[in-house]
Amino acid sequence: MNKKERLDLANWAVNQAKKSGADQAAIDVSYNRNVEVGFREGKIEQLKESDQNSLSLSVYANRRYSSHRTNDMRKDSLSKFVQEAVAMTKYLNEDPFRLLPDPKYYEGGKKTNLELNDPAYEKVESTKRVEIAQKIEGAARAQSDKIISCTSGYSDNYYESAKVNSNGFEGEEYGTFFSAGAEVTVNDQRGRRPEDWEWATARFYKDLPSPEGLGKKASQRALAKIGQSKLESGSYDMILENRVGGRFLYSFFGPMSGRSLQQKSSFLDGKLGQRIGSDKLTLIDDPFIVSGMGSRLFDDEGMATKRRVMIDKGILKAFYIDSYYGRKLGMDPTSGSASNVVFDYGTESLDKLIEGTKRGILVNTFIGGNSNSTTGDFSYGIIGMYIQDGKVIKPVNEMNVSGNLAELLNQLVEVGNDPYIYSSLRTPTLCFKDVQFSGI
Amino acid sequence: MPKLTRREFLEMGAKGVVIATIPIIFKPNPAIAFLTPPEGKGKLNDYYKHFGVDEKTIREIMATALERGGDYCDLFFQHRITNSVGLEDNAVDRAYTNVDYGVGIRVIEGEQTGYSFTEETTSKAMKLAARTAANIASQNKTAPPGGLTFHQTPNYYPILTQWEDVGVDQKIPYLQTINQKVFALDNRVIKSQVSFSNESSYILVATSDGKIACDYQPMTAISVTCSAEQNGRREQNGFNLSGRQGIEFFTPENLDRLAKESVQRTIVMFDAIKPEGGEMEVVLAPGRSGILLHEAIGHGMEADFNRKGISIFSDKINKPVAKEFVSIVDDGTIPNSRGSINMDDEGNDTEKTYLVENGILRSYLHDHISARHYKVKPTGNGRRESFRFPPVPRMRNTYMLPGPHKREEIIGSVKKGLYAESFTNGEVHIGAGDFTFYVKSGWLIEDGKLTRPVKDINIIGNGPKVLENIVMVADDLKLSEGGGTCGKDGQSAPVSMGLPTVKVSSITVGGVS
Repeated sequence: MNKKERLDLANWAVNQAKKSGADQAAIDVSYNRNVEVGFREGKIEQLKESDQNSLSLSVYANRRYSSHRTNDMRKDSLSKFVQEAVAMTKYLNEDPFRLLPDPKYYEGGKKTNLELNDPAYEKVESTKRVEIAQKIEGAARAQSDKIISCTSGYSDNYYESAKVNSNGFEGEEYGTFFSAGAEVTVNDQRGRRPEDWEWATARFYKDLPSPEGLGKKASQRALAKIGQSKLESGSYDMILENRVGGRFLYSFFGPMSGRSLQQKSSFLDGKLGQRIGSDKLTLIDDPFIVSGMGSRLFDDEGMATKRRVMIDKGILKAFYIDSYYGRKLGMDPTSGSASNVVFDYGTESLDKLIEGTKRGILVNTFIGGNSNSTTGDFSYGIIGMYIQDGKVIKPVNEMNVSGNLAELLNQLVEVGNDPYIYSSLRTPTLCFKDVQFSGI
Repeated sequence: MPKLTRREFLEMGAKGVVIATIPIIFKPNPAIAFLTPPEGKGKLNDYYKHFGVDEKTIREIMATALERGGDYCDLFFQHRITNSVGLEDNAVDRAYTNVDYGVGIRVIEGEQTGYSFTEETTSKAMKLAARTAANIASQNKTAPPGGLTFHQTPNYYPILTQWEDVGVDQKIPYLQTINQKVFALDNRVIKSQVSFSNESSYILVATSDGKIACDYQPMTAISVTCSAEQNGRREQNGFNLSGRQGIEFFTPENLDRLAKESVQRTIVMFDAIKPEGGEMEVVLAPGRSGILLHEAIGHGMEADFNRKGISIFSDKINKPVAKEFVSIVDDGTIPNSRGSINMDDEGNDTEKTYLVENGILRSYLHDHISARHYKVKPTGNGRRESFRFPPVPRMRNTYMLPGPHKREEIIGSVKKGLYAESFTNGEVHIGAGDFTFYVKSGWLIEDGKLTRPVKDINIIGNGPKVLENIVMVADDLKLSEGGGTCGKDGQSAPVSMGLPTVKVSSITVGGVS
């Protein structure tokens, strides 16, 4: 299927849905090609290659709603699929808030090339993929004889999708992702085998870091964990390394969603326009970053995207609200999901921020833990480094960090200059004052 | 995207995201009448017909897969229909369906794997996928099997009606009943969300060893989330039940439990505190606390990690790892349990495997590759998320056998500690042995008594150390009926677990000072 055929299929499915009795319908038709190489002990461990298709359909019939997905793309199957989807919807309870977005939200979007597709994708040869993985493993292995295992990998991905809403939206997206890295396990002589990883993801092949650098970094991270132990329970400053910031941010997406507000399960309910964090905290949803992981011109519902300041110097400015919960809440929709999240970055590097810390823990891995979106309570397992008088003293593990998100945001004292560019959540290093850790 | 080998466990609805479901329709065509005839070749012919293949085609595809050599290949056909219906604000106003169809083709040479899948089961599409998978090998061709022998499996999950025959209209009253009960139970309840999901998965596995086997795997769950308000403060919690069950699982008693447990667990949060953090004695309530085993030892015993030398248990087989009253099994045969399988996704028989027997570490959990590496019989743990993934060693239902102590005696023995009751998620690093699980609710134990409720704290420990620290095991084993999903290598799989009341003498509990 080429791009035009994909769009035609989406339009055909919209018409089928309407013929079957839907008042409105939204269709997504997507294609994805993925190739992965896993490499271990000088040999390919796994080669995986595949193409997949899917058609998703949202039905709005007599103020009732349902949503369906299939990967059986044969026209006769699809025709039956759409008919059954509409037929089934009629058994549900009525919900007057279920409608496609008001078409006014489709308008006024930015017209720009986000550069999400690398034309060089077509030219990446199988042998090159294996060679990258091999080089990463070689570089990782060369770091130390304490390495027990290194699994390196490379993958690339091409996607295309077409989206049609029956009330006047048509859109297409296509793009590429390239990813490479390694996981390394080392022997720390006490029967323990600490592990760590280094992975990079980019929209353009040329933006992947060197395989040697990735392998070396993965090993160095694992080696730095040798001799881990836990510290006394108590209050420490917390430095969150940029690569774990995404996991931390996820605890805010629930409470910032329209659904949590409407279902009264957000600790941020009623806080719009109020201070929720220190003035170091500025968070922006920016869909227009060139070659950004989460860049987009329209969102999951077809609404034109905008750059939005979500938190401005500690003041909560916006929530993530889709059209359905927006209607239920009587609020304008923003978007139901994040695109790229960026900060107002500071001027200091991670090393400088460590130097400025008297007694703290640099968290470079979260392990388990969760947060309560209704109350903001959180408790996470952590692995990291103990910092004293500006120096990295020793690796720590088997500790928990606990508290309340509402309080923690006010304890943010420094923001680094180093966004994590391998994710749509471009968190920098974040420093918090006096956070509760439990260990011994 | 980075494919991290994080081992994670999520209790359904843990993040407050209700995944909804649906209809009478989307019947496989032609429908597999698996109840008639349930046994033998007749059943196999239904599966052949369903996927539009026959023995001859399958052997041809195998010949293509092995045309560049390789020791082994297998084909995994799957058709899975997932439905969900959701209630919010007193209306059953959302329904979702997912239909997934395809075949995965795997070629193994030594410990190297070539994998591809196709969403069409035409001969042409399958040959193309087979050639892609064959790229892993680089020798002279291997002969495909001369014939395929049907392998009959037992049925550990009999149900009355296939899920495709249960319409959305039949499910709606269940959600409404639960919702009404939730609001009737306590006037502090302000919101209730109910999700009813079900799945039918049809699987046909053929291996170059000459085996062919098929299975129908049902699954269902109801998950309830409840929010309450008291003096301007809000709390939310929930409860779920799940299994390889039919709609008959949702008896009036079970609907009552769903409503009552979700309300009670929410209301108790108003009185709950965070304990003081640090190392302490922890007592685990029977049932869902089996998450401790899943994280502390289960993942570390998956043979792929041991074959590669990266598990903390790699050098401990046949060595003592716990007190002699500790026995831990991984069991695929429990009737209608969420983690049970009639066969694994490589067509191997499932079984009850002893990880720890009377304190001694016994067996890893194997898939085809690791069983061959260790020259042992496969344990039936080769599982995959779908036809899109090659199988890896995975747990099924993991639990500890009953021990010599009494629950009252265990709680009574604790001067100051924590009683952990409900959980949402956990994670482990299998090399260092660090593992965690998140306690949604529990109690403080003071002078041998449960005193105050506690909430929202993470527990972190080291697998082998915690096994050594299991100092008491009660005789009250309970298996979880909850909806646990395990994540590994980017693949998720349904699992279950169980535990009697257990005391761990020291482990780090998150908290405040």
